[in-house]
Amino acid sequence: MALVNTMRDADARTLTKSTQLTFDGVVKRFPTGTTALDGIDLQVGRGDFVAVVGPSGCGKSTLLRMAAGLDTPTEGNVAVGTESVGFIFQEPTLLPWRTVRRNVELTAELGHMPKAERRVRADAAIAAVGLEDFADQLPRALSGGMKMRASLARSLALAPEVLLLDEPFGALDEMTRLDMQVELQRLYTGKTFTAMFITHSVSEAVFLADRVVVMTARPGRIAEIVDVDFPYPRRPELRYDPRYTEYVSRISASLHGGAQ
Amino acid sequence: MTVLARTERIARPTLVFAARRPSTRSARRMLGAAAVPLASFGVALAAWYAVTYLVLSHERRFLLPPPHAVLTNSILDWTHLKPMLDALLVTTQVAAFGFVIAAAIGIGVGVLMSRALWLERAIYPYAVVLQVIPILAIVPLIGLWFGYGTFARVLVCVIIAAFPIITNTHFGLRSVDRGQHELFTLARASAWDRLVKLELPSALPSILTGIRTAAGLVVVGAIIGDMFFAKGDPGIGTLLDIYRSRLQSEDLFAAIVLASLLGVAVFTLFGALSRVLIGSWHSSADAAKK
Repeated sequence: MALVNTMRDADARTLTKSTQLTFDGVVKRFPTGTTALDGIDLQVGRGDFVAVVGPSGCGKSTLLRMAAGLDTPTEGNVAVGTESVGFIFQEPTLLPWRTVRRNVELTAELGHMPKAERRVRADAAIAAVGLEDFADQLPRALSGGMKMRASLARSLALAPEVLLLDEPFGALDEMTRLDMQVELQRLYTGKTFTAMFITHSVSEAVFLADRVVVMTARPGRIAEIVDVDFPYPRRPELRYDPRYTEYVSRISASLHGGAQ
Repeated sequence: MTVLARTERIARPTLVFAARRPSTRSARRMLGAAAVPLASFGVALAAWYAVTYLVLSHERRFLLPPPHAVLTNSILDWTHLKPMLDALLVTTQVAAFGFVIAAAIGIGVGVLMSRALWLERAIYPYAVVLQVIPILAIVPLIGLWFGYGTFARVLVCVIIAAFPIITNTHFGLRSVDRGQHELFTLARASAWDRLVKLELPSALPSILTGIRTAAGLVVVGAIIGDMFFAKGDPGIGTLLDIYRSRLQSEDLFAAIVLASLLGVAVFTLFGALSRVLIGSWHSSADAAKK
């Protein structure tokens, strides 16, 4: 953790006022010799919603984990402009012996926030994701979608400036997944945090993000960055808009071009 | 007209598939659940009588006295039962004392081993040695070093019961979900918070498995201790040995039944304890019920 903090301070200069997250010539090689990421340059501006799509094994999750300090680059720098970072895992990672409320409180509790304050924040976050009626339930009583809502609430309780999401809806069924996309988008519109969202679903990326980063497989490189010009909040019907379909097919074509 | 008549006919069906009333169903199931063990108990008793009266000659009948003789001459006779109950209490105290110490040492060593790989490598071989030593082989040494009283009895319990708690604690602490660990890393949790709020609760089902095993073992350890370290108040193991040497076979059987009941009580108690502690969230609690 100390290493990552030093890195953040040292490279604060590479962040301008409007950038929240910078990847500068990032290379990741595994001890086995395979290059997972090769020369990634990416700036994420304050309040942006950036989605990263790519085939599996292209290192997109590694990119996100570097931003969180869970992984370090072999070469290059990753700089984050704030200490206030939330991370959403692919699994809900709730502690099964804690109620939803006490799970949502966890991050604040570990940061030694006073009990009264973290309770207020947790309740607000639980209300924001619509889980008020389940606050005192254990995770095993919740459906997959509800668990993911609880996981979102846990991150939102600390009002992060940057939210990193690692394929958070990948394990959900299609219908829940579409609901959660609308939900996340609503939260994003309301709070305006900066979001970096990893996914392998092109349509999910287009629906949520204002910029879609398309990556190639092994070694992971940025093939293209596509701006998505739909204003927020986006309605679920947008998915039937011809322009939406056009974005999806264009990005899919770019993905498959890179894979060959 | 004919169509109408036909509809009327179908509206009065001859077959009805209605839900069975749940109350009669569960009552019948409970009766069924009790009937089978009762029947098997009856068969076991019959077999016992058969061996006593049909297999053994009159002179050799002391090898297996009939159940009713064990009951009337020993268990229901207060002058026989009283010393057995006193001894059972002594054994229970030794077992409980040994169990508490074994649990403290076992969880402590398990936690210590999981802190660093070098600690695991330094400690684990000794834990294994503790496990593989045949307890009867070091009984003479224990007597020589620590005397033949209560301390030696407790020590036997600790030696026999610590290992399953050590290994299960260690295994549980090592098996914490990686994502949950990362969650704590991201929240910059202190090492203490990580242990108390993540690792120990997460390892609890595994620790309780070790504790259940240990609880069964301390009963065995206490009875072995009674037999070899007879100084001080007699335990049930001491009495077992005396009854054997005096050929008081009815008392011997009664003492065996009482010792078994102690084992059953411990087993039930710790089964209930796991259910209370983790039943609400852990899936293995369902398995523990069976």
